[in-house]
Amino acid sequence: LYSSSLDGSIKLWDFMDGILIKTFTVGSKLLALYTPASFEDSVFVVVPKSGERDTFQLVSVKLTKAAGQDLEAKELSVILDSVNASPKCIAFGREGEYVASVNEVNLQVYFFKRKQLNRFSLSAAKTKSGNNHFMCIACHPTEDCIATGHADGKIRLWRNFHHKKEYTFSTLHWHHDAVMDLAFSVQGTSLLSGGVESVIVLWRNESEHQRDFLPRLGSAIEYISVSPDGTLCCTLHTDNRITIINSNLRFSRSIQGLIKSTNVKTGLVVDPRTKALVLNGEPGHLQFYCLQSDQQLFSLDIVQRQYIHQAGLNQTDLVKVAFSAQGEWLATVEEREEVTDPELQLKLWFYDEETQSFKLNTRISMPHEDHITDMCFRYMDEVEDESLILVTTGSDCVFKVWAMVEDTDPEGKYAQQSVSWSCDFVGSYHNYQATNCCFSEDGSLLAVSFEETVTVWDSLTWDLKCTFCYSPGKIRNICFGRLTCSKYLIGATDHGFLCCWNLLSCALEWSAYLNVVVLQPDPLSEHIAAISWLSKDSSLFVFKPNEPRPIYIQRNFCKEKIQLAAFVPREEPETVGSAKYLWLRRSQLFFLTATQELITLSTKSLEERLTPSSKQLAVEESLPVTPFSLLLGKHRRHQSQEDIDLGKRVVCNKPEQDSPAVKELLHTPAHVLPSASFLCPVFINSLLISKENTSAEEVADAVEMESEETEDDSDEERDVTEMEQEDTSPMELLGEITCKLSKSQEKELRKLRKMDYSWISAF
Amino acid sequence: MGEFEVHRVRFFGLVPAGVRCLACQPRGPRLALARTDGAVEVYNFAVNYFQEKVIPGHDSRSVEALCWAAGDRLFGAGLNGEVTEYDLARLCAARSIDGCGGPIWSMAANSNGTQLAIGCEDGSVKLFQVVPGGIEFERNLDRRKGRILCLSWHPSDTHIAAGSIDTLRVLDVSSGQTVQRIMVNYHTQKAKRECIVWSIAFLSSGTIVTSDSFGRVQFWDREQETLLESHTVSTSAVLSLAVSEEEDSIIVGTSTGATYQFQLLPVKAGSLQKRWVRTKPFQHHTHDVRAVAHSSTALISGGLDAQLVIRPLMEKMQKKGYDAVLRKFTFPHRRLVSCARKARLLLFQFSQHLELWRLGSTDETGKDGEVLPLCRMPEHLVQLKSKGPEHIYCSSVSPCGSWVAYSTASRFHLYRVQYEGNGVSVKKVPKMPKLLLPAYQLQFSSDSSSLFVASARGSVHVLQLLEPGGCKHQHRLRPPSGSPEAVYLLASSADGHWVAAVSGDWAIHIYNLKCFKHHCSVPTYNCAVTAVAIHPVTNNLVIAYSDQQLFEFSIPKKQYTAWSRTVQSCGLHRMWLERDSPITHITFNPKNPSHILLHDIYMFCVLDKSLPLPDNSALLMNQGTLKQLPETARKRQLHAFKICKKFQPLLFADLLDENCLVMVERPIIDIKTQLPLPIQQKKFGT
Repeated sequence: LYSSSLDGSIKLWDFMDGILIKTFTVGSKLLALYTPASFEDSVFVVVPKSGERDTFQLVSVKLTKAAGQDLEAKELSVILDSVNASPKCIAFGREGEYVASVNEVNLQVYFFKRKQLNRFSLSAAKTKSGNNHFMCIACHPTEDCIATGHADGKIRLWRNFHHKKEYTFSTLHWHHDAVMDLAFSVQGTSLLSGGVESVIVLWRNESEHQRDFLPRLGSAIEYISVSPDGTLCCTLHTDNRITIINSNLRFSRSIQGLIKSTNVKTGLVVDPRTKALVLNGEPGHLQFYCLQSDQQLFSLDIVQRQYIHQAGLNQTDLVKVAFSAQGEWLATVEEREEVTDPELQLKLWFYDEETQSFKLNTRISMPHEDHITDMCFRYMDEVEDESLILVTTGSDCVFKVWAMVEDTDPEGKYAQQSVSWSCDFVGSYHNYQATNCCFSEDGSLLAVSFEETVTVWDSLTWDLKCTFCYSPGKIRNICFGRLTCSKYLIGATDHGFLCCWNLLSCALEWSAYLNVVVLQPDPLSEHIAAISWLSKDSSLFVFKPNEPRPIYIQRNFCKEKIQLAAFVPREEPETVGSAKYLWLRRSQLFFLTATQELITLSTKSLEERLTPSSKQLAVEESLPVTPFSLLLGKHRRHQSQEDIDLGKRVVCNKPEQDSPAVKELLHTPAHVLPSASFLCPVFINSLLISKENTSAEEVADAVEMESEETEDDSDEERDVTEMEQEDTSPMELLGEITCKLSKSQEKELRKLRKMDYSWISAF
Repeated sequence: MGEFEVHRVRFFGLVPAGVRCLACQPRGPRLALARTDGAVEVYNFAVNYFQEKVIPGHDSRSVEALCWAAGDRLFGAGLNGEVTEYDLARLCAARSIDGCGGPIWSMAANSNGTQLAIGCEDGSVKLFQVVPGGIEFERNLDRRKGRILCLSWHPSDTHIAAGSIDTLRVLDVSSGQTVQRIMVNYHTQKAKRECIVWSIAFLSSGTIVTSDSFGRVQFWDREQETLLESHTVSTSAVLSLAVSEEEDSIIVGTSTGATYQFQLLPVKAGSLQKRWVRTKPFQHHTHDVRAVAHSSTALISGGLDAQLVIRPLMEKMQKKGYDAVLRKFTFPHRRLVSCARKARLLLFQFSQHLELWRLGSTDETGKDGEVLPLCRMPEHLVQLKSKGPEHIYCSSVSPCGSWVAYSTASRFHLYRVQYEGNGVSVKKVPKMPKLLLPAYQLQFSSDSSSLFVASARGSVHVLQLLEPGGCKHQHRLRPPSGSPEAVYLLASSADGHWVAAVSGDWAIHIYNLKCFKHHCSVPTYNCAVTAVAIHPVTNNLVIAYSDQQLFEFSIPKKQYTAWSRTVQSCGLHRMWLERDSPITHITFNPKNPSHILLHDIYMFCVLDKSLPLPDNSALLMNQGTLKQLPETARKRQLHAFKICKKFQPLLFADLLDENCLVMVERPIIDIKTQLPLPIQQKKFGT
């Protein structure tokens, strides 16, 4: 099992044990790695061409058999010039006889035996049916046939490419948009293709008329791969999901974490009932994502319209979500982007205890004339349901208060529906656009920001109490303090000021110069987290409103812009040693970055997390699971050392950290699992061994490995997240890179899973 | 270029007949084509696909199959149940023999062209022996129920594969028995519809290729009677199929207008295992592709939309050039329009009638590019219907407009047209002299006093026209050495001294009309002549050849002119030589003797002999750029070719007087509306 990384090294792993065997240093950035089975001692990598930007070459690297951990691979030979950096654009042909690469409108085929390079190019002219640029390539496993996918949705099957002139191709056309990936079945009798349409197409016998479809896969297909035994294929989707499909094109199962939606407009909201993170999921859906189990609890269809899988269409999507305090009411806003007038709908959902799901209660079309900017419920713990109030602010310069009313017409058509929502009050301030709204903790006060001004309203009489203004700059965020600090109102402005007003004295308490992008109060404590964005990286500040000094600062923890943050209450308060992390006692902070990676802050060090408690393990699920797999791997090595011949396993790539193997173990029914008494000593043993024998080394090794793995993953996904994980700081940031498996990784999933089963049975 | 007042004529309602069948001459350069109206055309690949010969159709003689036999003899068979041999020298049907099996659907010649097999309505396959001077019935092969729609000989001539409805049969030629009978539909359950085997090919390996009405192309093993491969290429019928001579490539045509190529390709490099793979799809037609042919370098398809498409195989091309260009022929390579300059009349030739139109006129003037309002609309004066089943060979109207002549295969008609106010009276000239018929070209002298009739054996008849409405055979001009081929182009001089005649062997003979003697012949050039004309002032003969070369031959001096020699030594512009349609008409501007006006389907050109010839680095079509240049720079950029592509497709262009042109266009879209609706196909996104 080889892996390559952007820092220019190829690593050889034993993927069963999860240990690093060798490291080869190449020197330049490695963007893609290929290990065709017929080349025993060399691998192929895509590297940028020295001296030129955006040109890449395919290079074969001879891996020496010399002993030692760190080796330098010097024997490089350039095979193809000007290739595409995407791993989909190079494929190795039948038994490694040739390699084919596509870039823009050129196809290059290099024959290893004859050392001959053939180039074919299509006309670059954009025809009326779109452009014919190459998107992806696949080679027939047994015949000399290359399939290429094009941006106009065509698939071309090239044959006879041994001859420079007498080559020929045939065309298959079903996709209306670009073909994202192609895969041949193991025997080569059928070809699978997928694209934006989220339909997998099975072409039989390369015939235009014999094709089968598996539609409604949820979202656009990015990668397709077929298992080596041909029984399964899996697809990776843009929304961060893997679908496993039987060979008879029947949906088998899907592996899904957090759904990556194109644009998280709703923000991170915590469902008070399930403590799940709620955000945009599939288009028009709301996903409830359980952080503890890294699973989607359910997906609520808000828009209730057919989503058309086509690029460039304006389709209705969900923009705002708010929960009432107990979570029995859910308010959603959906809108369709139109240049002239947006289509808006406000929907209110009631949680139905019987069906355990939300039921649509009221639908209000065009609640505002323009975009809705913010929405919140009044927090009220004591008062009854009837006084529940929802406030929406819009770009049409007003905020509206919506209240529940009893249905006055019990005889009417909707007799069974006793309550509905209607507009109660419309407020405005100097014809400024309302941008944010926020209720104080006891619900008595409502703060609404109008561009540069914050207004505070009495929520009973809807009188304007007072206004605060701290120019310059428009108000970006506002929030009230909690508990002991409830007399404070915090606001962040565009021009980089964080202000705190005292509501009793109606005066500015303090202000700080800080470019705050996210302001998030902890619902269970008085702490407020502010995330600032300074040119290149984000910093986290945690403070209490009553004192201008932050109690915790974590600078430059993320290179990307943090878009959203949320405090998720813990199930039970954690014991935190250091006073510095007291604010994390009762809830955990999660961030969502621009590339939709979910990051959390944790207080525990790695050693602590290795304690083998079952609860701990369950929690670990949401964190990288490699330590656990490491344990298992070690345990296996103790059991049967002679079985493993290290270094002989040459497999394309490494399993993803979120490997289903561990899940599989955890979800395996108890009767299949070995007895707890058997497992426990193993865990303890492994710990003991690591402590006794080579404790320092082993742990360091493990830690290093883990970091490398995370790094590696991120490299392969080309989302560079430099996670400093094993550093000296006891505070640890765990990058929970929501799994976006690359193609080769997927390939291994099946293999890995099978093997896991086998060794479980070996117990 | 000069400014002209242009009559843009779009009322010529010509609808070319659809292509019914195609036959490539084995080991020869010719392609025979039959149209749905029974016309047979011969194209010559060697001379830039020029339409060499046209045999007009006949109402009772439909052609369902064509084949070449015994070298260059062309046979056709049709639903009238007859096998017809065509006389390609005299351009008419020579002999017919009844097949005695009802309508004939298919015909195939064996590999050495000695035997013909025909497939008849009654299910019989009959063999004919090709003998000098005709064909002789040889024997009947095994007769089974069901019409034989297609036939193919095994290259060894021992077996014949015959396709019928739902079945295909293999017949042994020596015993005459059905050796194998394969149910085409056996493998599919949907036997409710009958499956018509539209086309069949028997490969030397014993593989039989069929195309059927279910849209399949199937490969059968003859020995095992098993299906080797089946490719569904279309949802509608696959109508035609042709195999290359090397048997490594197949072209099929479907009723949706698409054609597909199949290639026999090795599965792996270097291995012997080969497979038929559907490779390139082409969509050049809008309607049924009824006929396909596979030459050694090109895929040829003909459809009911009357188009003949020649798609060269790039991989077989050695170099880029004239042959490597896709070409489409819709219109004949000869003119169907004649113009009476003085009377401003146009005569349009249709397959079975003629139309005489008077051009509209205007009394306004305008700037370049303006459309002038008409004060008198164009007027349809007369429609002359030819009687009998024969189609018209040629027609002409005299420059004064008072004589109209046309000829069919067996008759020649001359009419006297008189204009009385608004009315028109047409009177047939009685007592026509006996001529050698048919006439292939008619040409009135410029003073309308005599008519030249191009005839078979290289001869030209001169008829004297007499007032009021009579004519007299004056002389018969013949080449001194004699010629078997018919004359297909004529040109007469304005002063009435000379007439030039081009016969089918591309020899140009010039006759003196004062003494009715052969004057000289132009040195033969190894290419087909597409147009000739005699200059009214200098009496130079301008000749356009199908390889786009231009020659000027001085008749009085009996030699090529100096300009012509310059053209030959300098060479013509590359773009000019790579044009893909032949010059169909040449005319002159009497006011400007250095100008030659030429046109083909896609362009109209004024050739100014006084200006220098362009070299290959210059832009050939430079009219647009010239307009933007200042006067002095324009002088330097000027060259001899002034090309206008505004009028397309251009069927005819002529000069009425020194600043008035007539252009006859036939927009393709107008033809499309005359055709039946194509098969409805769902188009994505509509």
